[in-house]
Amino acid sequence: MALPEVKQSATEARLSALTMPDAGCTRAAREDALARVLETGLPGRRDEYWKYTQPDTLVSPDAIPAAVFSDDEPLMFSELDRLSIVFVDGVFNAEESDDLTMEGVTIDRLEDICCKDIHWAKDLYGVLETRGQSPVQRPLAALNTAFASDGVAIHVTGKPTKPINLIYRHASPTSDAILHHVVRVESGAEATILETGPAASRFNKCTEIDIADKGTLHHVRAQGRDHERRAATHMFTRLGTESVYKSFTLTVNGVLTRNEQIVELTGDDAVAHVAGACVGDGDFHHDDTVFVTHDAVNCESRQVFKKVLRNGATGVFQGKILVKQGAQKTDGYQISQSLLLDDDSQFLAKPELEIYADDVACSHGSTSGAIDETALFYLRSRGVPTKDATNMLTLAFLAEAVDEIEDSALAEEIVSRLEGWLARRS
Amino acid sequence: MAALDQTQVKEGVDQETVDAVREAGTYKYGWDTDIEMEYAPKGVNPDIVRLISEKNEEPEWMTEWRLAAFERWTKMEEPNWAMVSYPKIDFQNQYYYARPKSMEEKPKSLDDVDPKLLATYEKLGIPLKEQMILAGVEGAEDAPAEGRKVAVDAVFDSVSVGTTFQAELKKAGVIFCSISEAIKEHPELVKKYLGTVVPVSDNFYATLNSAVFSDGSFVYIPPGVRCPMELSTYFRINAENTGQFERTLIIADKGSYVSYLEGCTAPQRDTAQLHAAVVEIILEEDAEVKYSTVQNWFPGDENGKGGIYNFVTKRADCRGDRSKVMWTQVETGSAVTWKYPSCILRGEESQGEFYSIAIANNYQQADTGTKMVHLGKNTKSRIVSKGISAGKAQNTYRGLVSMHPKAKDSRNYTQCDSLLIGDKCGAHTVPYIEVKNNSSRVEHEATTSKVDDDQLFYCRQRGMDEEEAVALVVNGFCKDVLQALPMEFAMEAQQLVAISLEGSVG
Repeated sequence: MALPEVKQSATEARLSALTMPDAGCTRAAREDALARVLETGLPGRRDEYWKYTQPDTLVSPDAIPAAVFSDDEPLMFSELDRLSIVFVDGVFNAEESDDLTMEGVTIDRLEDICCKDIHWAKDLYGVLETRGQSPVQRPLAALNTAFASDGVAIHVTGKPTKPINLIYRHASPTSDAILHHVVRVESGAEATILETGPAASRFNKCTEIDIADKGTLHHVRAQGRDHERRAATHMFTRLGTESVYKSFTLTVNGVLTRNEQIVELTGDDAVAHVAGACVGDGDFHHDDTVFVTHDAVNCESRQVFKKVLRNGATGVFQGKILVKQGAQKTDGYQISQSLLLDDDSQFLAKPELEIYADDVACSHGSTSGAIDETALFYLRSRGVPTKDATNMLTLAFLAEAVDEIEDSALAEEIVSRLEGWLARRS
Repeated sequence: MAALDQTQVKEGVDQETVDAVREAGTYKYGWDTDIEMEYAPKGVNPDIVRLISEKNEEPEWMTEWRLAAFERWTKMEEPNWAMVSYPKIDFQNQYYYARPKSMEEKPKSLDDVDPKLLATYEKLGIPLKEQMILAGVEGAEDAPAEGRKVAVDAVFDSVSVGTTFQAELKKAGVIFCSISEAIKEHPELVKKYLGTVVPVSDNFYATLNSAVFSDGSFVYIPPGVRCPMELSTYFRINAENTGQFERTLIIADKGSYVSYLEGCTAPQRDTAQLHAAVVEIILEEDAEVKYSTVQNWFPGDENGKGGIYNFVTKRADCRGDRSKVMWTQVETGSAVTWKYPSCILRGEESQGEFYSIAIANNYQQADTGTKMVHLGKNTKSRIVSKGISAGKAQNTYRGLVSMHPKAKDSRNYTQCDSLLIGDKCGAHTVPYIEVKNNSSRVEHEATTSKVDDDQLFYCRQRGMDEEEAVALVVNGFCKDVLQALPMEFAMEAQQLVAISLEGSVG
């Protein structure tokens, strides 16, 4: 079917501003992705899946310039013992990065997977992204597969002692980055991947994660505090039998952020937790779009999303649990909550369930409201100033999401940063 | 009963029960009335629209209104966002107007109505005689005489057959008649309110309805009047290949109250039939309307053949402060349901409530829910939806709760639960929540589960058979909604819940 004219021309305009890298063995996957973009077109205002988030600035041929944010704070997790992989405006920076060798894991740049003949990565590139295009189309992810200019392939074969930290530095106010990572966690292996930083003025990132039977992956992400940055990220995760995936994202600021998490439980007894905390102030639009598919028996999934919004900030949550026929004994849970600190902010949510198996327990909840006056009064009557009491209640509200982080050192760092930011702001 | 054949009957259910259920058959209203009918030519075009208008002896402005709607409709596209699938409807291959020959001359009173028609309603348990109460209501005979009167407007295919208790209602100032009568007798009211809640171009089916609606009910409750009895419209589709397009307009003036009941059935046929109704309710200050529906259109047979496509637009506009509307629906029939009774809470402190039980069995598909649009300050809404799927059916709750920036201090509470009986059906929840101020509170909860084994075990232990036990557990699951129904409907609904699920033990 022909695309609507507006969509057709927007798609053509965007594509004309891009060149496909000379990609060797990923060429076929990239061309296939490009064909899919041409078929579906890029997201437009009238698309149901973009009902609450305007995709225009994510789709425009050029990125809208964004001032580089600077403050005196050290980068998140910089105190931790970790392996750093640094990208500046979406380009790998060897000088700032650590040596990429570590026991239990092999890390390569995306451009090396062909010459080094890394089979698993060649076989994974674009595969989970393609699977994630149904039943809902995600053309920005397909665009990424076609045009990604850099990225890493992380192969976890053991239990590396340090977390792997992908650091995205933003240096140029006109940068427009497209990164694509592939991650494979082998059977029984376990690793932690951290992601920090704003990356670029506009950032399109796609990560494909394949977790084999009994593999475990922890993912903690803190998106940069730059006020003007824009980002559209996709994480496609496939889980095998008895595997575990736990992901947490902290988003503070950013004029526009759309984080999509597509999780597919394909092996029995797998566990996937996806959580997010976001603090939005002023001209801020944050969208969490999550799609969890249960396609095996006795799996567990949790989605926990908390948003604190003020000064006209907008929070969006689109979450879905799809339980396929035969995915019996599914335990699915989803909660999305917003705390609106003033009257100008808004929360838009679409928490969905789609269930085709009868022996399941699935529930979702969504709430929105102001700070609890009774709790505030309680704290004030015990001598806590209003400002501190509000911050305390705000942190308590976000706690359920932060609690999803298993590593207490990581969780503490997140909480202490949040405390600092809340205190400074109010 | 295919559901039984496909569903593994659990050990311990004796064959007698299974056979008894198999025998029972599920749809009691599948017979038809053999009566001479008069049809408009098949299809829809401006001439048909004019013809319907002419048959109803409508004034020029009404004909123009319809034609404008038709013009709009030709430019619209059929919506496809609902989680339902059905073969493409050929809108030119069905009748848009069918009335019994005997209705050519409108009967002056119910005594003049064709006895065959009266018998039809009698058989459905809806006697069109004023001294009688609705049949089949247990306990009704003990109720005080005043309390059990229900005025009925009976709609048969495209025309209203008659309306009972009109004289008595008139004494209270209440106008209750068919919409075609209202267009002639009370044009000022119709002109003022028609299409103000559901605009002509609201959606594909509402626009089609605006062009071709043939009849329906009209209610006006004057200021301060508490309607002395419950009002009811009973819709019967009888003719084959005919769509029913009725239009209901209810106006509750300041401080008035009315409880309105709606029932519907259709004969069992192999081909699907379209039913596209529009219901508009206007509530002025302090008015209260209770609107209850037991929708029992023919659901198609156990192989999914035939049945009614029920594409309905229902909306209440709480214009006045402190007005209150309550929708209660029990949806057990129809092959495909596409229905979202909604509330526009414009007046300050106005309230909207929606209670729904949707049961889908065999190949039925239901996509239903509500919209609560909070515009005024201190408005409140509550949504309680229970969806039950069995056989190969799909049941979707789809709803919107919207808090506008000006709707300060408003509240919403939503609970939607789904129950799955058998492993070939589906239950889905698609809520939209839009909160644009912070003094309002919105809470949404949803769960999906199967019939609880412990509860079943408990019932079985006390000597109930599996069927009874499931019916009891399901009735418990639906209790919140059943309690909101007027007494006349509660019993019927409770029985319907049991009937619809017969044979779904799995």
